[in-house]
Amino acid sequence: MNDLWNQIDLFWTWLTASSQWEGDDGIPHRTLEHLYYTGVALFAAAVIGLALGLLVGHTGRGGFLAVSVANVARAIPTFGLVLFIVVIDYSITPVLVALVALAVPPILVNTFEGVRGVDADAKDAARGMGMSGWGVLWRAELPMALPLILLGLRTSAIQVVATATIAAYPGFGGLGRYIIDGLARNDYQLVVGGTVLVVLLALIVQLIFAGLRRLVVSPGLLGTARSS
Amino acid sequence: MITFEGVTKRYPGGTVALDDVSLDCPTGRITVFVGTSGGGKTTALRTINRMVEPTSGRVLIDGQDVREHKPAELRRGIGYVIQHAGLFPHRTIEDNIATVPYLLRWNKKKARARAHELMERVGLERSMARRYPFQLSGGQQQRVGVARALAADPPIMLMDEPFSAVDPVVRAELQDEFLRLQDELHKTIVFVTHDVDEAIKLGDRIAVFQTGGKLVQVDSPETLLARPADDFVAGFIGHDRGIRRLSFIPASSAPLSERDVLPADAPVERARDAAGGWVLVVDADRRPLGWAAAAGLPASGVVGDASLAPIGHTFDVAGDSVRAALDAAILSPSGRAVGVDAEGRLAGVADQQDLSTAIARAGADPRPAEAAEDGG
Repeated sequence: MNDLWNQIDLFWTWLTASSQWEGDDGIPHRTLEHLYYTGVALFAAAVIGLALGLLVGHTGRGGFLAVSVANVARAIPTFGLVLFIVVIDYSITPVLVALVALAVPPILVNTFEGVRGVDADAKDAARGMGMSGWGVLWRAELPMALPLILLGLRTSAIQVVATATIAAYPGFGGLGRYIIDGLARNDYQLVVGGTVLVVLLALIVQLIFAGLRRLVVSPGLLGTARSS
Repeated sequence: MITFEGVTKRYPGGTVALDDVSLDCPTGRITVFVGTSGGGKTTALRTINRMVEPTSGRVLIDGQDVREHKPAELRRGIGYVIQHAGLFPHRTIEDNIATVPYLLRWNKKKARARAHELMERVGLERSMARRYPFQLSGGQQQRVGVARALAADPPIMLMDEPFSAVDPVVRAELQDEFLRLQDELHKTIVFVTHDVDEAIKLGDRIAVFQTGGKLVQVDSPETLLARPADDFVAGFIGHDRGIRRLSFIPASSAPLSERDVLPADAPVERARDAAGGWVLVVDADRRPLGWAAAAGLPASGVVGDASLAPIGHTFDVAGDSVRAALDAAILSPSGRAVGVDAEGRLAGVADQQDLSTAIARAGADPRPAEAAEDGG
């Protein structure tokens, strides 16, 4: 208990020091960097994961292949990937590639499973009433798969927010800066400060997705047993 | 009219779902496709809206090959109802019903107004418009399914086992309302079911499919029951098809008598020599009161004083079938059925012999019942 209190105190002193709030190493700048990496990686992963997941789920072809590849990709250690590519090309791009590789599988797999799991009768009715292939995807499959798709996006977003700290390892910015620097300097306060900020960011992401779910998922789907 | 011309559907694996089927589904009538599972009845239905493309042969709507239309456009002009309704869980009831109007780019106001009108038509409360499918019972969902198919007022409706997934009480209710609706709308309906009773109740014409996608007989329900084409059809219809056939013989064809009918104020002496041992007692308005047993009459007074056994049920001479009359006779304490007119006044009494006469008059079944046993 005492220990926890010490940690909070440590974090609070660090957070409220005026020097933390200005300059390139200040919290606002580092947070923006962190959000930038996260945003870019997540956007790219969403485009890839949604497009592939919808395509494979809608056509019903290549599902096994897509899911297998995605699951194998999950086994690749992100840290290793970053180091490997940074050796070839020293820029932020390899870091983003690694984050995208981390974020695609949950989005792809959930989108695919969501679309595939859409009630066969509803799909048949949609087709039988004269919806085109796109119409079925857009008006029936996508909205019905939305709870699972959002779950996939949320999983990826939280993973990416937490993992974007590795950008600091090859020398880039983000909240990882505090952790890496703190570890290097044995500055415990800095490590705790950076970590707590990352955790807070992850919680905010969680909240945003909870709100998004209420906003875009039909109450007709939330009322059923499906939940995430 | 929907016309099948030598329609065959063969799947790559070699399975034949439809084998050279030729058939007409007349305009404004209900044609029921019935048969064993794997008989191709659903496949046949799905060739009409191009959900299945035949390997050979063609399907025509009013003389025009369905392949002349793009599938999506063709389907928007044909109502489609399926077994578990297939409602969209993410859409409200009104928006589910307005699906095809939206596809046809009606404006939202007009589409919803149409949806509300149809909800009333199929017996759904207006208050359900904003609910979601999961909040409705199976029967209610099926009503929404029918309303959705009717939304753009298509001349043709395809219904694939629409009432199979609900319990028997709700099913009977939905069937009755479906017939009432069809009386108003006169759609050209193709209806698939595996339930022979449902086929007989709903169909103007019944097409029986046999495993392997063969069409074995197309006839009115009455003819189908009287003259099944072969042992398969006879067996499929079941052993009690003779009894079922009685539903198609009007009760008015049975001779009625006034024998042993007495008003309640007649003296008991007049009842003592009743031939069957029972006297039907009627009031001054000729409404039947009950049966009095000749053996149990009081020593004196009027027949109305005797303790009366209940009639069970009467049959409507104008509207009921011989089947209802026979049922009334079997349940009656005297063994005689009481026929009444629309106002409930006595029209006459028929005993089982009279009913047999009516059945015999309706035309003897050329195939004895034993043949059906072989087929089953």
